[in-house]
Amino acid sequence: MAYTVRRPKLTFAEKLYLPTIIGGLMITLKHFKNMILGRTKVVMQYPEEKWDSHMPEYYRGAPTLVKDDHGRERCVACQLCEFICPPRCIAIAPGEIPAKSKFAKVEKFPERFDIDTARCIFCGLCEEVCPEQAIFLRKDYAITGTSRAEMVHDKAKLYELGGVWTGLVHKWNPKK
Amino acid sequence: MDFIHSIPWLILISSVAKTAFLIFGVVLPLVSYTVYAERRVSAFIQDRVGPNRTGFPLTLLGFKKDFSPILGGLGQPVADAVKFLLKEEFTPGHVNKFYFWLAPVMAMVPALATLAVVPFGDFLFGQKMVVADVNIGILYVFAISSIGVYGIVLAGWSSNSKYPFLGSIRSTSQMISYELSLGLSAVPLLMIFGNLNLSDQIMYQAQHGWLLVPFLSSGQFHDFHLTASQIVLWPCVFISFVVFTISMFAETNRMPFDLPESETELVAGYHTEYSAMKFALFFLGEYTAMIAGSSVIVVLFLGGWDLPFLPINTAESSMWHGLLGGSGIWFGLIHITVFFGKVAMLLIFFIWVRWTVPRFRFDQLMKLGWLYLFEIALANIVLAAAILAFLK
Repeated sequence: MAYTVRRPKLTFAEKLYLPTIIGGLMITLKHFKNMILGRTKVVMQYPEEKWDSHMPEYYRGAPTLVKDDHGRERCVACQLCEFICPPRCIAIAPGEIPAKSKFAKVEKFPERFDIDTARCIFCGLCEEVCPEQAIFLRKDYAITGTSRAEMVHDKAKLYELGGVWTGLVHKWNPKK
Repeated sequence: MDFIHSIPWLILISSVAKTAFLIFGVVLPLVSYTVYAERRVSAFIQDRVGPNRTGFPLTLLGFKKDFSPILGGLGQPVADAVKFLLKEEFTPGHVNKFYFWLAPVMAMVPALATLAVVPFGDFLFGQKMVVADVNIGILYVFAISSIGVYGIVLAGWSSNSKYPFLGSIRSTSQMISYELSLGLSAVPLLMIFGNLNLSDQIMYQAQHGWLLVPFLSSGQFHDFHLTASQIVLWPCVFISFVVFTISMFAETNRMPFDLPESETELVAGYHTEYSAMKFALFFLGEYTAMIAGSSVIVVLFLGGWDLPFLPINTAESSMWHGLLGGSGIWFGLIHITVFFGKVAMLLIFFIWVRWTVPRFRFDQLMKLGWLYLFEIALANIVLAAAILAFLK
């Protein structure tokens, strides 16, 4: 249905146009002045200032492997994460834990554990599927490299990013 | 041998030196830093930060640290220039090659040529600080600056593509309608000056007060008095100033009138098909035209290089005396600085307006040009003429 757009009634000063332009100039000058004097704070200077402190606990950044407070690597190389990973960016080569080890009954550990972060979609399914609380998505989001090979995080790098995580379930500890 | 002796070597060498100083020493750096100022000021107006990272990469030359002075980002123009030089020079297959290559030149050269008659200082080393001190000064400015439109028109036409074509059509009609009020609004000033030579116009203002601010000038502080004619004529000058400035905005395709370019509707307007250095020439041409326009406004309304309390050099006083030179040389240098300081202030004003006022619709633009500015300029001439006749 057609209808008439109601035009605003302009005063004489507004019709002259120049006074309103001066008004506009004053508004932009105010913004300029506040910016120069440092009163406006909108932009975050990225590498120096980061959002990290605002990020929630459940933020899904770089996938990492963790060690527990006994210094044991949590991963038992069950390869569930490798199988569930939608972009198939995880590659695990299981190895056998020697019999004389304290944790011999765990049987397996990952000899190699590579995550191609260039392919990772940060879905968090690996973390959800892990029965051992071994893999966690952490808050690192600026994952960079100068080559594809550099974007593949190997085991050492994953543990370096993950570090030690306390308060996990210890189901493999020897019974007293 | 007679031929060699007949060449006025001093004039030739000094003209070349002045041209080189003006273009490479002042205008081109000023252009690149105007672009930087544009980006920075627009950022501040919009509560952003703008380019504040690019310093001068002294580490490439073997120094310990990069040089990034106060504001930061002062190396940005250099980086931009290098980027433009290194980008691929792409000429689309469907364009008219000759005019396609000619257009950027036509955009840049008239803007630079306009600066030839602009006096950017009084005297230095016994030389008048103007490349060509011609008696048709302001007419030359109008004639040459209106050639600048050919760059845009040729670019739009030779690009053989809709958006550039629309841009150049708009540009044609816009330029024609604003050229008129630009010229007419300057007529009352010429009646006041009684002279077309830009240097003489500045000398007039140095003696009788700057036209727009009649209580300021170097000559007035000896016996300060506002004459009745200055007060009565001031409204005419002010109207001229407003009309002239608005027309200058249109002439240089600045924001409220940047219809040939209008990014939001016409992609990039007349230079849509251009890339790399050819695009950069349009860009530079636009800013050079801005500088030329501001220079003309400074000369006509704001007293040119004149600064209160600073004595004006004569050819003799500005000669080189001994080791540090006479005070005349310093005054000459200060006058040059003052001139470009005034130009820079006007450039900031241009930028400020660009980031405040939204673009006109095309019919509004034509209406403003033909129905208001043209009539106002005409009426202003009659008014000024009547006042001058009455005062005589």
